[in-house]
Amino acid sequence: MIYSLCLLLILVGLYGVVVSRETLKIVISILIMNHGVHLLLLLIGYREAGNPPIVDPGASIASFANGAVDPLPQAMVLTSIVIGLGVLALMVALCVRLYERYGTFDITEIRRLRG
Amino acid sequence: MTEVLALLILLTVIAAIITVLTTNLLYAVISVGAVGFLLAIAYLFLAAPDVAIVQIGVEVVSLVILIRATLGREVQQLKTVHAVVGVSFAVAFVAVIGLFGIQVFNQFPEFGIPVMERFADSPALVFLQTGLATTGAPNMVTAVLLDFRAWDTLGEATVLFCAALGAVAVLRRNARINPHKSEDESS
Repeated sequence: MIYSLCLLLILVGLYGVVVSRETLKIVISILIMNHGVHLLLLLIGYREAGNPPIVDPGASIASFANGAVDPLPQAMVLTSIVIGLGVLALMVALCVRLYERYGTFDITEIRRLRG
Repeated sequence: MTEVLALLILLTVIAAIITVLTTNLLYAVISVGAVGFLLAIAYLFLAAPDVAIVQIGVEVVSLVILIRATLGREVQQLKTVHAVVGVSFAVAFVAVIGLFGIQVFNQFPEFGIPVMERFADSPALVFLQTGLATTGAPNMVTAVLLDFRAWDTLGEATVLFCAALGAVAVLRRNARINPHKSEDESS
């Protein structure tokens, strides 16, 4: 149920990439797919009624390890979110440069004005 | 708990659909911001407070970048594909990918059972059991990020630096003229 909603989020982003004609809209759709993949990784690591993977002072390690969610996907998603910001900045910079050159975000116009 | 999570993700999907279907670029940027912030709340329900904090910070910065790129441009009215052929082709393509995706998602374990419950010696369980003793960090996400998987963090910093360098190089206005080239032309 929840996995299918997450798949739906990725597919909506994919549909946006296929349908859009503006470069900035394609970048936004890629951002949505990015969000969907992050959500999927966190859903896989979730434990039913799990606690955040932070040790309370005085708690025993064994009960903590049996009640916490998976910390590995969280760390990797944290890395991926920050990388996504850098890639977004690069994509938007390319879009802005194309706009300055051709005066439009439309990919069909950009193809026509080549040369 | 799971119902609230499903509701949040459903709202996220609705915001994403609005983002894709709207014809105004500024509306699309605002809706994708709604997607990001709703996901930050969903991460809280997934017991990931660190990821939620980073998600909110990154979302603010990326919204600033996107709005800076959107405002002041002449064309804000989008021309999406309205032809029946184009839309039906896109829907068919997405549907094929979705069918493959459903096949993959059926192989997943049931929601709420992480990998470490099925494998006794999985790395995540080792991190949870020995993290506090070996690294001294009570927050296991930080321990993984900065100690167990520190090489990944170094790679992340490298990728981020390269992307920022590329963005600056693309956006640079007054590039220096190549001195060797001008010498060749003058001689």
